[in-house]
Order: sequence, then structure tokens, then C-alpha cells
Amino acid sequence: MTFFDLLQLLDSAFRLATPLLLACLAGLFSERAGIFDIGLEGKMLASAFLSAAVAAITGSVWIGLLAGIGASVLMSLIHGLASITFRGNQIISGVAINFLAAGLTVVISQSWFGQGGRTPQLSGAGRFEPIPWPGALPSRELADAGPAMQLYSELLSGHTIWVYLAVPIVFASWWVLFRTRLGLRLRAVGENPAAVDTAGISVVGLRYTAVIICGVLCGIAGAYLATALQAGFVKDMTAGRGFIALAALIFAKWRPWAALNACLLFGFLQAFALRPDLIEKLLTVKVQVQLLDALPYILTVVILAGLVGKADPPKAGGQPYVKEN
Amino acid sequence: MKPIPGWADVILIPLVSVVLAALCAAVLVLAIDENPVEAMKLMIDGTLFRSAGWGFMLYYTTNFIFTGLAVSIAFHAALFNIGGEGQAMLGGLGVALVCLFIPWPHWTLAIIGASVGAMVFGAIWAAIPAYLQAKRGSHIVITTIMFNFIAAALLNYLLVNTLKPVGSMDPATASFPAGTHLPTFQDMAALVGFDGMFRGSPANVSFFLAIIACVALWALIWRTRLGYQIRALGHSPSAAQYAGISPAKIIVVTMLISGGLAGMMAVNTTQGEAERLILNFTEGAGFLGIAVALMGRSHPFGVFLAALLFGFLFQGGAELGFWTSIPRELILVIQALVILFVGALDNMVRMMVGQVFGLIGYKEAA
Repeated sequence: MTFFDLLQLLDSAFRLATPLLLACLAGLFSERAGIFDIGLEGKMLASAFLSAAVAAITGSVWIGLLAGIGASVLMSLIHGLASITFRGNQIISGVAINFLAAGLTVVISQSWFGQGGRTPQLSGAGRFEPIPWPGALPSRELADAGPAMQLYSELLSGHTIWVYLAVPIVFASWWVLFRTRLGLRLRAVGENPAAVDTAGISVVGLRYTAVIICGVLCGIAGAYLATALQAGFVKDMTAGRGFIALAALIFAKWRPWAALNACLLFGFLQAFALRPDLIEKLLTVKVQVQLLDALPYILTVVILAGLVGKADPPKAGGQPYVKEN
Repeated sequence: MKPIPGWADVILIPLVSVVLAALCAAVLVLAIDENPVEAMKLMIDGTLFRSAGWGFMLYYTTNFIFTGLAVSIAFHAALFNIGGEGQAMLGGLGVALVCLFIPWPHWTLAIIGASVGAMVFGAIWAAIPAYLQAKRGSHIVITTIMFNFIAAALLNYLLVNTLKPVGSMDPATASFPAGTHLPTFQDMAALVGFDGMFRGSPANVSFFLAIIACVALWALIWRTRLGYQIRALGHSPSAAQYAGISPAKIIVVTMLISGGLAGMMAVNTTQGEAERLILNFTEGAGFLGIAVALMGRSHPFGVFLAALLFGFLFQGGAELGFWTSIPRELILVIQALVILFVGALDNMVRMMVGQVFGLIGYKEAA
């Protein structure tokens, strides 16, 4: 494997890690506040569809993004209604949201566009375009360029805005959760809601805040899939990414910077799985693509089993809060 | 919350939930410019008014009974087995190995062998999450989700690399030998003189295995010591432990039964219908078991009824996809709404029903 191969691999890993990271941070806010969310997948899917549909109709990716966030937040509110207001089972609610999104996106896109559950191809202002850095060379001219130029042009330049925003968003999430009053309260409500209630702060309000933040981040993740990574929505396009994000969240033991590392690792595995030729060159043995697909899940089970450190979820996670009389 | 009588809790709540789900689905159908009454009529005509429709419906029902029972038994122990899909995939692998590599003289023997294969493989796949929950406290919901994906990758690998016949492009095993082929409802009807009944539909003898499983599970839960221990653990782990029940043992045993039941689904699909192991043969039936168990209130008879309803919806959805511009994914929406109303918004429906009983002056007997 040449240096340029490695750069290409990392470049693709960055692109693939971005939606995982956004969804993972979404789950971080929700689960830190005590609301388990296995519906990340469904929320991303809902947003992927609506953002692509609205971007196709209006020709503006930003309006599409807003619509996508709206769809995802709506799903979050259903989850909130079920698990906060009516104190239902959060896992069951998450399962329902995943199915709801899988069904609705196909039924509605078939009705709107009649293309078998796709949206029209997006182009121009309907997509988040790559941002080339000044002086960067296109890929085909890079083979003979120097390593510094290759690094600059291939790896650093030419990503969409969300890839560049990913690290600032991690920082912002860390800052909100660990350096602000809201963050302290959100974490407290996930560990000991009774104490928060005793202090006169609304448990319900905080938990709704958390699921709405979760909806917004999942919305961006879904819109990224349909309008930046790809050019339009196709049926089931999230392809389990919501669950990989969930795995990454556990792998990161519910911490933001660790989430960045976990998502980069899982994004790298996805990028690797797309280039079986590189794997053979690098390891000189044929590694099965299916193993790479399964690796995030296997690693997460290993972490969960406590074989490598212990992953302790927020203490009040998954339990509805019942006020004392 | 206002009190409601026991019968209403068991019968009325699921019914009201299904009606709510149906109403929401009707609004969706209206919103996409189709006629919900016409759609319903088409589903009923295509499913209940022809024998082949029944044949398809009961085929789906068979799957849903097995996966619904799998989720139910776990619910009784307060475990959420979301891994039915993966356990069913492994069950398919068990069925395929038994059918391909053992020369069966007759289907009556083959179905026993295949059932053992399906149950053992399904149970093995449930055993690891069960052990991790029992001994290491790893959340079983998360581990079973992860195991679904691992199962899919494993099956994909085996079908593409190992089990595929030489020269075939299709990721599937070779067809099973004739000695393993199960009689379909069509064969059985022809045997008693009704030629042409159930023509071309996939329902087969494994439907009766599903019925047997319902009865057996009922007996297990309410008529055996193990069933008592499972329910005791589900109600109160600490009380169960004081009574000398080992939670770890019961968790593992319950999950083995659950995984085995989910695996049994493959006898219907893999041995009964496809007669070879194909990719994605589970078609989400493992997840549908959650809806079935919730609606059936984790009681085997309730599971049977709920599985019939979803069998009807599945076949009806296929009819819709065939005759109208409504895609069959509408069924996913209905399934989601049922899960939402019966499961997650259970308290909301209960509150509504309680209000009605309050209005007619119902009070809890002291």
C-alpha cells in the first residue's frame, strides 16, 4: 500500500465517520439524560428522505436540511411522548420509530416521486458540495505529486462542510455537557432524576430538551447521508448506521471525545471494507469484507462484556421518572 | 390513572390500539391520494376470499407465531430479546446443514432433524447474549441487536464463500434433496380430494408445529416449575432469589428457549418454502415477533391471534403492492403503529380506556 492509498482510505474514512459521529453525539445527549434511544436509525432515515425530497423540490440544500431536521425532531417528540410523558418502554418506542421511518419514507416517496422509493438525483445547490482548498489539485493529477501536496489535496481539501464541522461539533457537545449548567443538569437527570426534581428543576423539561437535541443531530446526520455523501434518497439508505452509532456510543462509554475516536475507527473499518484490494495488498491475506462489516458490533460486545474496561451506562437510563407524591 | 377491569386490560387495550393504528394508517392512505376503504376491501378479498390467500397468510402466520413466542417467553422473565432476527438466521443455517448433509429417507424424519438443527443453532446464538447478561450484566437489548448484525454478516459470508454450490452466482445453498421436502397445504388438500385448493401458496405442515409450540409454551409457562421460576424472576428478581431461584440460570435457560423458538421459524421458510437457504430469508419476521408478543400480551393464545392478524396484513400488503400504487411498505407503518400504541403508548391507551370506564361509573372492587 502506497502513501497515496493510505490517504485515499483516510479521506473516505472521514466522510463515512461523519454521519456516524453526528448520530453518536445525538445518542450521547439522549442517553446521558436517561432516555435510551435505539431509534437513531429511524430518525436518520426520516431526515435523509425529507431533506433529499425538499432539496429536490426547492433546489436548496439548506431548506432540505431544515426539513430533514424537522422530520427527525418529530420522531424524537414521538419518542419523548411515549417514554417521558406516558412513561412507556423506551426500547419498544425506539423499535417502533425505526419501523415507522422505514415504512413512511418508502410510502411517501413513492407517492411524491413514483420512482420506487427514491428521490430525484440532486445536483448543484441541491447538495452539499465538496469545498476545494486553494491550490489543491484534482485526484487524477495527484499520482506524481509530492507527499505534502497529496496530503493537502486528497485528505484535507475537498470535503463537504459537515466533515469540517464534525470536530467543532464534538467540542461543542463536550462543552455543553461538561462545562455548562444545562449540561450538568442533563447528566444529573440521567443519573439521579429524583435529586434534580428535589432541586426544583423540571425532569420532564430537561429530558425533552435532550431528545430534541438528539433529533436535531440525527437530522443533520440523515441529511448528510442523502445530500452530501450521496445525491438523493434511496430506500433503507441508512443501512444500519444508526446502530453502528449506538455501538460507537457504548464503545466510547458515553463520552464525547472517545465518541470521536470510536466513530473514526468504525468509519475507517467501513472505508476499508469498500477497498478489498487494499486489504490484500496491506495484509497479504484476503480479509473477508463481512468480517469488517461485523467488526464494530463484535468490538462493542467485547466492550459490553467487560473484557476491555467496563462500559457503565447512565444509572437512570431506560427508566421513566415517576414523581414522588 | 382510573382503574379498568381485568378483561378490558387483556382484550380492550390491544383492540383499541389496533383500531388507533388502523385509523392512522387510513389517514396516511388518504394523504397519498388512495382510498382506504378500497384498500381494505382489496386486502380482505385477496386474502380471505381465496384459498391461496389463506395459504400465504398462514405461511406468514407460522413465522410470526414462532418469533412472537420467542419474544413472549423472554418477556415473562422481564428480558427483551430483540435478537429474534439473528437467531432465526442461525436457525436457517441449522436447517440447511441438517437437510443438506444428512440423507433423509422421508420428510417426517427430516422435519424432526431440521427442527433440532433450527432450535440448537437459534439457541446457541441466544446463549452468548444470555450469558453476558447473566454473568457480566451486559444489557441484553444491546447485545442481541449487535448479534443480529453479526449473524447477518456470518450468513452472508457462509453463503457467498462456503455453502454456495460451485459455479453459482446466487448467494444461496444448493436445493435440498427431495427427501426433506415438506407437504404443503396444497398437497394435503389434494390428498383428501380437494384438488387445486391452496394452489401455489407456501403454507406447509410446519404450521401445525407452530400450533404445538403454542400449546407447549402455555404448559411450560403456567404448568411447570420452570415456568413458575421464569415468571417469578420476571415479577421480582429479588423475591425470586430469596426463594432459591438462581437468576443467572433462569436467564440463560429462558433465552435458550427463546432463541430456539426464533430459530424454528426457519423450518417453515427454509425447509418448507424455499427448500434451500437464501440471504435475508427472515424478511423482518424476527422483529415482527415484538409486535406480535406485545399485542398477544405474551400469552400463547394471544400470540396466535396476533400472528394471524399480522399474517393477514402481510398477505394483504402484498396484494396492495400488486394491484395499487400503495407500496407494501405500508405494512411496516402499520406494524410500527401497533408497536407504538400497544407497547410504548400503552399508558396513553390505558388512560383513554380508563376515562371511558370512569364515565360509565366503573369502580375497582374493594
